[in-house]
Amino acid sequence: MTIIVLIKQVPDTETKVRITADKKGIETNDIKWVINPYDEFAIEEGLKTKERLKEGTVTVVTVGPARTVEALRTAVAMGADNAIHVKEEGTLDTYLVSKALAEVCKKENGQIIFTGKQAIDDDQAATFAYVAELLDYPSATVIVKCDISADKTKATLEQEADSGAKNIIETSLPAVIGVNKGINTPRYASLPGIMKAKKKEIKTYTLNDLGLGAETARAIDSDYQLPPERAAGKKLSGDIPTQVKELVRLLREEAKVI
Amino acid sequence: MLNFSLSDEQTALRDMVRKFVQQEIIPNAAKYDETGEFPREIINKAWEAGLMNINIPEKFGGMGLGVLSDVIINEEMGAGCLGITTSIAVNTLGLYPIILGGTDAQIEEFAVPFLSSPKLCSFCLTEPGAGSDAGSLSTMATEEGDHFILNGSKMWITNAGHADLLTVFCTTNKELKTKGIICLAVPANLPGISFGKHENKLGQRCSDTRAMNFDNVKVPKKNLIGKIGEGFKIAMRTLDRTRTPIAAGAVGAARAAMTYSKNYAKERKQFGQPIANFQAIQFMLADMAVKIESARLLCYNSGWLIDNGQIEQGGYFSALAKRHAADMAMEVATDAVQIYGGYGYTKEYPVEKIMRDVKLVQIYEGTSQIQRIVIARHLLKD
Repeated sequence: MTIIVLIKQVPDTETKVRITADKKGIETNDIKWVINPYDEFAIEEGLKTKERLKEGTVTVVTVGPARTVEALRTAVAMGADNAIHVKEEGTLDTYLVSKALAEVCKKENGQIIFTGKQAIDDDQAATFAYVAELLDYPSATVIVKCDISADKTKATLEQEADSGAKNIIETSLPAVIGVNKGINTPRYASLPGIMKAKKKEIKTYTLNDLGLGAETARAIDSDYQLPPERAAGKKLSGDIPTQVKELVRLLREEAKVI
Repeated sequence: MLNFSLSDEQTALRDMVRKFVQQEIIPNAAKYDETGEFPREIINKAWEAGLMNINIPEKFGGMGLGVLSDVIINEEMGAGCLGITTSIAVNTLGLYPIILGGTDAQIEEFAVPFLSSPKLCSFCLTEPGAGSDAGSLSTMATEEGDHFILNGSKMWITNAGHADLLTVFCTTNKELKTKGIICLAVPANLPGISFGKHENKLGQRCSDTRAMNFDNVKVPKKNLIGKIGEGFKIAMRTLDRTRTPIAAGAVGAARAAMTYSKNYAKERKQFGQPIANFQAIQFMLADMAVKIESARLLCYNSGWLIDNGQIEQGGYFSALAKRHAADMAMEVATDAVQIYGGYGYTKEYPVEKIMRDVKLVQIYEGTSQIQRIVIARHLLKD
């Protein structure tokens, strides 16, 4: 069984985001890049699925500039068997990335495709659905449990729903599955794995190789803005009745919550 | 020519250990410090991530990595908790005598099992009456047929109460002094071995430190590592390799102390402004950075020299690294507590623990004074 995991390299969660002068992106010079945390769950689920089935291969795929190879190497160090890099230095959007990912999934004949429910940089939560649509596969997201049937034709999924409820979904395979936190605990890239990963040959495609040479991004980021700075808190003074009066006035007139 | 950058794999290793430390060690460090509980669970996870026993050669299925890799691991771990670092790192110390002095068959028998499960190994050199003067040890190994009969006591043995294997330094003839010392690989469950209580220490409280006693312990002669009389040399060659990573642990602890106190200085307000605005604080922080960066360079340099076969100078450079790193870490941690003021003196904040923990680095694996002797002897030898 070919298990494919789609991953994205994103800025570390502790990054101090600064917007570029032309407002079309963020400064990337000092950024520490990591695997999108939700995609780490997807990698772990891929590895676990292979372990449970006692057969198959786990192939990780990413689209992006040269630096994104590091994310693939980390995934290999965690235990992935193969890594595929669609190398593209130009502007990307969900459409173009998903097109490329879908082409790779076809080429590799992936029978189950895991990815994070969303990436923590732009939080669009769209890739799983785009890829599924382009492949015409079923898809489900916010998945916290995934069992593959013994004959490997079906998967039973647990999907988080509102107020702690769960939807149980049965899907045919191949399918695209967006995983959520809680599905597993990702393992560390082991030291032997790191050493193995350095020797691992990473298959590289360009958009051209995938027949997408004429495609371009359809959504362009044009104006990044930081959220407004939070105003400092207010400290009320005076005796208690005065403070209570003032608090009620502020809640009604400024916060408009009562 | 000169290149101070880490390779891609070394960077990946550092990032992986840093993540491990953030997720597994930092959230638990205060608890283990308070209770003194042995961090078995964290040790097992470190073993699973391949962070232990990295010195077992590749031809035996190990990683065959050298001192610089241990330096990278220990700096990151030291930034989380030195007590846990010591518990994890002591396997390297315990296994080196076998790797350096043992035959292939002995490495197979004693070291290779450490690759298949999270076993622990203790290095048993120090005795109640032989600390800095390790050559005067008096644990006796008497030949009897196919066995050595072991009698005597050891002191301050790390992980002793949890060890599966002991590398024991003992003498066949005390009059021969260091020339009579041998090294034995001793399974910890042999009859006649008993352990004292877990010592209640100032710092590194969760690392398991005990006295040990050997009462007519029968050790097969095939467990002799190296030849009779080579034990002391094996011990010294081991320490030449492990002192640098130990120094790196202190670099990590000092780095953590600097980061905590820097962040605190930016938040803490006195006289109407953050105390980081005052030169008194700035100078302390600047001095911390100088000490930490210089100690790290000594560790990297020493590790690189040893890994690249410059063993002759290994003892000298590891002594430089350990002397400087241990002493500077104590200074940095003390200043970190100073920057925090009264708060830093309480267990509500993490810096007093670092101060207690790093004190031990000035003492174990050769005191700062012994390091100076090693350095001075090298300088004065010709």
